[in-house]
Amino acid sequence: MKKELLPSFLLSIICLILFSGIYPLIIWGIACVTPNNGEGEVINVNGKKYYANIGQKFTDDKYFYSRPSAVAYNAAGSGGSNKGPYNEEYQEDVKKRIDTFMVHNPGIAKSEIPSDLVTASGSGLDPDISIQGAKVQVKRIAATRHIAEDKLYSLIDNQTERPFLSMFGPSKINVLKLNVMLENLK
Amino acid sequence: MNTELLGVIAMFVATLLLALPLGKYIAKVYSGDKVWTDTFMGPLEKLFFKLSRIDELREMSWKQHLTTLLTINLIWFLWAMFCLLNQNWLPLNPDHIPAQAPDMAFNTAISFLVNCNLQDYSGETGASYFTQVYALMFLQFVSAGTGMAAAAVVFNALKDRSTEKLGNFYNYFLKSCTRILLPICILVAVMHVFNGTPMTFKGMETQISMQGDTTQVSRGPVAAFVAIKHLGTNGGGFFGANSTHPLENPNYFTNMLQLIIQILIPFAMVFAMGFYLRRKKLAWVFWCVMTIGFLLLVVPTVIAEIHGNPALAHMGISQPGGNMEGKEVRFASYATAFWSIATTVISTGSVNGMHDSFMPVSGMNMLLGMMINSFYGGVGVGFLNFFIYVILAVFIGGLMVGRTPEFLGKKIEAREMKIAMIIALFHPFLILVFTAISSYLAAHNTDMGWWFTDANCKHNAIGWFNNPSYHGFSEMLYQYTSCSANNGSGFEGLADNNPFWNITAGIVLLFSRYLPIIGPVAIAGLLAQKKYIPESGGTLKTDTSTFGLLVFAVKIIIAALAFFPALALGPIAELFTRH
Repeated sequence: MKKELLPSFLLSIICLILFSGIYPLIIWGIACVTPNNGEGEVINVNGKKYYANIGQKFTDDKYFYSRPSAVAYNAAGSGGSNKGPYNEEYQEDVKKRIDTFMVHNPGIAKSEIPSDLVTASGSGLDPDISIQGAKVQVKRIAATRHIAEDKLYSLIDNQTERPFLSMFGPSKINVLKLNVMLENLK
Repeated sequence: MNTELLGVIAMFVATLLLALPLGKYIAKVYSGDKVWTDTFMGPLEKLFFKLSRIDELREMSWKQHLTTLLTINLIWFLWAMFCLLNQNWLPLNPDHIPAQAPDMAFNTAISFLVNCNLQDYSGETGASYFTQVYALMFLQFVSAGTGMAAAAVVFNALKDRSTEKLGNFYNYFLKSCTRILLPICILVAVMHVFNGTPMTFKGMETQISMQGDTTQVSRGPVAAFVAIKHLGTNGGGFFGANSTHPLENPNYFTNMLQLIIQILIPFAMVFAMGFYLRRKKLAWVFWCVMTIGFLLLVVPTVIAEIHGNPALAHMGISQPGGNMEGKEVRFASYATAFWSIATTVISTGSVNGMHDSFMPVSGMNMLLGMMINSFYGGVGVGFLNFFIYVILAVFIGGLMVGRTPEFLGKKIEAREMKIAMIIALFHPFLILVFTAISSYLAAHNTDMGWWFTDANCKHNAIGWFNNPSYHGFSEMLYQYTSCSANNGSGFEGLADNNPFWNITAGIVLLFSRYLPIIGPVAIAGLLAQKKYIPESGGTLKTDTSTFGLLVFAVKIIIAALAFFPALALGPIAELFTRH
C-alpha cells in the first residue's frame, strides 16, 4: 500500500486538473457563445426577465393556473411532496384542490379536470400543464377577461408544444408563455 | 401510434444500437489495440503516467490491483471530506453556503466515492460550486473509472491462459476515464448547453414573477455535471430535485439523452466482454437474461403509472396523464415509469419523477431492480455482480447434470464458491439487518437523542417518516436497499439528514461497494491462475439459452427467498390494503 501512495496521489491531482478544471472550462467556454450565455433560457417581457423553463405560481383567476407546487415555485430550492399514493393526508389535499378549482370554475364537470392540475410536480417548478389542463380553464378566463372562448382556444392551439420531432413524448403547454400571450391578446 | 410509447421504445433501441459499437471500442481500449483516440489521448496519457511516476506496463496480480484500488480510493475520500467541511471559505461559493456538518459530510463523501450518490443534502443549499465541481463531479468521474477498471481486470483474468499478471490498474483506470467517459461527456454536456441547461458560475438570481411573487432561481455549472452523472451511472443531481428539475433536464430531448447515456455503458460492458474474450454468443446470452429481467420490471410499472391512482379516480377527476403526483408534464408517465426502472436496475439513482409518490407495484419493482442489482447494473460493477451469479449458476448446473463445474475453461472449486456465496448473501444481509434495526426503533418510537431530530425538534424515531404505515416501512427499506445497491435514489419523504441515517447509510455504502468489487476480482484472479482446460464433451456449455435460464433462475430464487418477506410488509401490503 505504501508503495502505491505517491503514484496514486500524483495521478489524483492530474485527474482533478483534467476532470474538474479543464473539462468544465471547455463546456463553460462553449456555453458562453450560446444564445443565453449558458445561464438558462430567458424571455424578456416589458423589460422584465423571466426564466422560460422555471414555472411560476399562477393562482390569479385572470391567468391560466400552473400546477400545485411543494416549494411554492421558489427555485432557490426544488422538490416534490413525496406523499405516497394512498396517504390519507395526501388524498385530503387533492380533494381540497379539486373543491377550490370547482369554486373558481363554475360550469365545469369534475371529470373534465385532468390530474396534473391538482397534483404537485416532482421538481415543484414544472413550467408546463397538459392541453386538457389549459382547455378546462378557458371558461373562467373568458368570463374574467371578457374575451371570446374561440380566441382562447386558438391561443391554446398556437401555444401547444408538439412532441419532440412530432414523434416522441407528450404534447404540453408552457404556462408562462401562454399567460404572456394572453396578456397581449386584449 | 402513441407518441409517449414510441418515445420509450426509441430510447431503448437507440441505446442498443449505440452500445454495440461502443462495446467493440471499449474492448479495443482494454486490449491496447489501436483506436481513433490514440492520436491525441495517447501522448497525454504517457505524460500523465510520467508525471505520476507510474510504469503503466508493469503488470499486477489481483491482490496488487485491489491494494492499488483501495489506496487511491482512500485519497479521494480524504479530499472530498476536506472540500465538504471547508466549502464555506473555499472559492466558487457565490451563494455563501456553509460547511456541511461532519455526519452529513461523511455520508456525502462516501456516497459519491462509492458511485452511489445518495444525497442527504440539497444541491441548492448544501453544496458550493467548488464542492460540486472539484469534489462531487471529480468523484463521479473517478468512481466510474474505478468500477470499469475492476471489470477490465476480470475480463483480462478470464482469457484462456494461466497467469498471475492481469494488466496495470492505473492504465485501466485512466483509460476508462480519458478514452470512454470524457469524450462522451463533452459531447453530451454540449448538447445540454444548447438545450437550455445552465453552465455558469454565477450565483442565484432574484426574479419577480408575473403575478408579483419574489422568488430566486438557483443556477450553476449544471451541464458538465449532468453528463457524467448519467454516463458514469452516478445519479447525484446538481439540484435537489435531480433530473425532474427544469434546468437540469429541460425537455424531452434531454430526457431521452440522459436516459440513453445512463444505460449505454452497462449495455456496452457486456458486449465489450464478448469482443474482448471473442465470445460474442456468451455476451448475447448475458444481455438477453438482463433484458428479460428488465422488461419484466418495466412493463408492469409503466402500466401501473399510466393507469393513474385509483384513489384519485374515485374523486371523479380524469387522469389522462396517469399518476401525475411527483411527475413532470413534459415527460409524463410512460417516460418517467421507464426511467424509474432503468435507474434502479442499473445503479444510477437519478430520478425524473419522485419515486415516493409512485404506485405500490412500481415501488416494488424499483426495489426488486436494486435487490437483484445486476439486470445490467452500474458501470463495470453491474457486470461484476452478474459474474457472481454466473459462478453460482455454473456450480449448481454442474451439480445438476453431473459435470465438473467449469467456466470458460477454468474449474470452479470450493474457494471460489465460498467467495461467491458470501458476496451474494451479504447484499440481503446488509439491507435486511439495517431495515430491521430502524423498524424496531420506529415501532417502539424510541427517543433517539443526538441521533435524530425532526422538523419540530422532537427526537422520536417515528418522526422520520413522511408517510404512515406500510409506505413508511417501504421508505426505510428503500433507503438501505438503495445504499446497498449503490443506487442513490430514494423515497425522499424519509427525513434522512441526521446522524442516524447519515452514519448507518454511510456504513452500508462502504461495505456494499468494496466487497462486491473485491469478491469478483478475487474469484477471477484465482481462476486465472488455474490450468486452462479446452472445451470437451464433458463441459457444461455456458453460451446457451438453457444456461441463461439457469442464471435467471438463480437470481430470482436468491432475491425472492431473501426479500419476499420484507416486500410483503411494504409495497405488497400497501397494494392489498388500500381503501
